[in-house]
Amino acid sequence: MKNFLKYRELWLLAGIMLLIGLISIRFPGFADPANLRQVFNDTSILMILALGQMVVILTRSIDLSMASNLCFTGMVVAMLNAAHPAIPIPMLIVIALAVGLVLGAINGFLVWRLNIPSIVVTLGTLTIYRGATFVISGGAWVNADQMSPDFIGFQRAAFLGIPVLSWIALLVIALFFVVMTRTAIGRSIYAIGVNPTASVYAGINVGRTKFIVFCISGMIGGLAGYLWISRYVIASVEVANGYELNIIAACVIGGISIAGGIGSVGGAVLGALFLGIISNALPVINISPFWQMAISGSAIILAVVLNARGERRQGRIILRKAEAA
Amino acid sequence: MTDTPAPRHIPDRLDKPLSSAIFSWEALLVVIAVLIFAVNSFASPYFLDPWSLSDLTFNFTEKGLIALAMALLIISGEIDLSVAAIVALASTMMGMAVQAGAGTPVLVAIGVVVGLACGAFNGLLVTRLGLPSIVVTIGTMSLFRGIAFIILGDQAYKGYPESFAFFGQGYVWWVVSFELTLFLVAAVIYWFILHRTSFGRRVFAIGNNPVACQFSGVRVGRTKFILFCLTGLMSGIASVLITSRLGSTRPSIAQGYELEAITMVVLGGVSILGGAGSILGVVLAAFIMGLVTFGLGLLNVPGIVMSIFIGLLLIIVIALPIVWRRLREGRFA
Repeated sequence: MKNFLKYRELWLLAGIMLLIGLISIRFPGFADPANLRQVFNDTSILMILALGQMVVILTRSIDLSMASNLCFTGMVVAMLNAAHPAIPIPMLIVIALAVGLVLGAINGFLVWRLNIPSIVVTLGTLTIYRGATFVISGGAWVNADQMSPDFIGFQRAAFLGIPVLSWIALLVIALFFVVMTRTAIGRSIYAIGVNPTASVYAGINVGRTKFIVFCISGMIGGLAGYLWISRYVIASVEVANGYELNIIAACVIGGISIAGGIGSVGGAVLGALFLGIISNALPVINISPFWQMAISGSAIILAVVLNARGERRQGRIILRKAEAA
Repeated sequence: MTDTPAPRHIPDRLDKPLSSAIFSWEALLVVIAVLIFAVNSFASPYFLDPWSLSDLTFNFTEKGLIALAMALLIISGEIDLSVAAIVALASTMMGMAVQAGAGTPVLVAIGVVVGLACGAFNGLLVTRLGLPSIVVTIGTMSLFRGIAFIILGDQAYKGYPESFAFFGQGYVWWVVSFELTLFLVAAVIYWFILHRTSFGRRVFAIGNNPVACQFSGVRVGRTKFILFCLTGLMSGIASVLITSRLGSTRPSIAQGYELEAITMVVLGGVSILGGAGSILGVVLAAFIMGLVTFGLGLLNVPGIVMSIFIGLLLIIVIALPIVWRRLREGRFA
């Protein structure tokens, strides 16, 4: 049974291997460890975001405001850095987490206390947070020359041969893995997605757990905000416009069911990697980057068709696992 | 996505028609519309001019046309996030036809047919394969717009025939544009379909309980398929209007329209969980969004700041009745 549970992730992994193999035929250097490390690094931000989105989707909710949160928080830390270059980077990361947390808590509060469906709340905050970015920046950009060398260099510094950005991604993945599989809150998140009514009777505070979940996705959005801005060294209102759907796409490809309760940390990571590999590979195998959108669209449809088979069975297996534990 | 629906309160007898009309969602929207209208007239001397008001309608007619069909789809418990991408794809196909020398009637036919075909594709995936529509349409959204990007890249199609410009720029009578006329006619048709036909009753019934509908002999799959086709069709029509109004096609055309159309629908009082809503509400919401964006535009407020107001409007209008009810019951938070 346990092997069966990893079925979906294994299939996805096989698909990724096949993809890398196909690309290698056209461009032999692609499967090089150094290049794959680069691809991982390039996909780090999407992986982190997909994990944040995953916990929300698991509870049958959705967070459409993550990309706007990223944009707003990124602008806040960029402006702080431009105005006060002396603030150390770890402090800025804490600020980014805190700002993201506040934005996420606003979503969570509206979902929890007012019972407004999350898609409506985050559709509203999606436009509000991006608009707020314009208000705080006055429409101006923060350019590379206004950012301190530390601000740009922190995530690029190599530690044990791997950039800090990749380390942050690995840390977040490990953290999510522990929380989702080894803690009560992780179990509650799955339980709410599988059966909210039964969760109430099991003593889970559904509303508060949803609030926590939005706080998590908010903090992730904030963290990704700093990482995104320091990576692409420009902060503007247009940052990550429309990216919320890429994040959801990564989750869907990773086998996370939009109906809640089904999905894993590994799936979200692999789903993001799949999209990351496609966007990295297209230029090197001489396919116009304009193909990327159609390809990822087809991948989403294909993934959801494949995932729909046996989704019901999968749900029961998770329950059985919980019973056994 | 599918949050647990609140238990329905079933009253012993229905409210009196008058009081239920006064306390209805539509009445709230009318009050808000009048308020915004009044504020706008005070804030800008240019607002109360027939031509200004006519320009105002262009802010919502295209999205409004899509929102009408989207309302039915959301009432039935589904959603279509690919509408803006359908607009882009239909517009690209029309652009290709122009390069091949097609005339205006052919262009319109292509726009409408491409829209219908895209909607049917969504409908097939959702109803035949039993997939969740939100995921399917996120996928087809990338796919449809992706095809437009493959065909166009960073280019643009221009050179639409002069007679084609009528749809997006023409006036039927004095300041009444063709777009506004089409929107109002479509609103009446959709009102009739939703509120006066058995098909409309089925749409509500499916949104409330698809399983019970299935057992009652309603063809749930086929009804939903028709709704997806209608949404695609309206997107195709909107594409004709937008392309005609702009006179050019870029693959990024109509970006973000899907969220604005959905905002209109939700603001119009349609339950995002399905099963409730009215066309009148959606039409009022379309007017309100047009009023807000146009009024702020006259005050030189940038578009991105307008979006804050739209977002706040959405959340506050949805939250108001909930907060109000809790305050009356004295058990807030």
